[in-house]
Amino acid sequence: MRKRPEPMQVVKERRDRALATLVAGVPYIQFLNITFDRRGDELTSVLNFDEQIIGNPMLPAIHGGVTAAFLETTAIIQLGWQELWHEIEGGDASALEALPSLPKTIDFTVDYLRSGLPRDAYARAQVNRSGRRYASVHVEAWQDNRSRLFAQATGHFLMPSDAELAE
Amino acid sequence: MSADLRAKVARQFIEAIPHAKALGMAFVEIGDGLAELAMPYDERLIGDPATGVVHGGAISTLMDTCSGAAVMAHPANPGSTATLDLRIDYMRSAAPGQALVARAECYHVTRTVAFVRAVAMDDDRDNPVATATGAFTIEPAKAKA
Repeated sequence: MRKRPEPMQVVKERRDRALATLVAGVPYIQFLNITFDRRGDELTSVLNFDEQIIGNPMLPAIHGGVTAAFLETTAIIQLGWQELWHEIEGGDASALEALPSLPKTIDFTVDYLRSGLPRDAYARAQVNRSGRRYASVHVEAWQDNRSRLFAQATGHFLMPSDAELAE
Repeated sequence: MSADLRAKVARQFIEAIPHAKALGMAFVEIGDGLAELAMPYDERLIGDPATGVVHGGAISTLMDTCSGAAVMAHPANPGSTATLDLRIDYMRSAAPGQALVARAECYHVTRTVAFVRAVAMDDDRDNPVATATGAFTIEPAKAKA
């Protein structure tokens, strides 16, 4: 007979705790006030607007550097989350105890499509290729309409096991 | 506009940016199409808590701001500028506890676009932390009322 599924709260609590552990360890994510919405394994990152992230006070518009940082953070957390997901859903509860190490950025190219308006922004990352050593990730960011991107980016990352060997 | 006045305008343009203030950025040098901008080490900018290394995003922000300043300081005299595209290569981790300095050069401008390259360094100046290349818009200077 098929095993009875776990109670919903047990599943949610485990996944939310894993995500919180991944994100809470990085001071810069708190500094920019980036938070993450989770639906199953899908993540949407939120850049919560604050006057401090303005880069052009005349328009006003979000700083291009903050947009780059937001997209890069979205890519890194997406990669870290995918690794962690396999571990926790594979029944390895110990994965939650140690702080997971995150991939390192090799290069990152940001395409600025329109200026970032003074309000919250959202982003999702798509991992196009994730090998043992390298990963290639595409990120899209929007504000009002999902189909009207204000920025997109592509980057390459060194995966943690190999990043440690390179030290 | 004289080179001195242009440098002053570029300096004011950057110093009025709320996010540049939040990161404690300060000019080291600014001149014809050139800018050097420093950012102190700050624990809030840490990307890897195990080592205290600054997050790449903060380095991108420093290089983007410095590149914008180099565009504003160019003799072509743009009224304003915005980033169209920026590519960053991360060569190594920045040494924890050390300030970062970015140096940007706006090496070519057309009527509509400025091309910039930038480098970010910690105390070991011969061994860059990151480099960047970017394309920036040239917004025409508005006529003074």
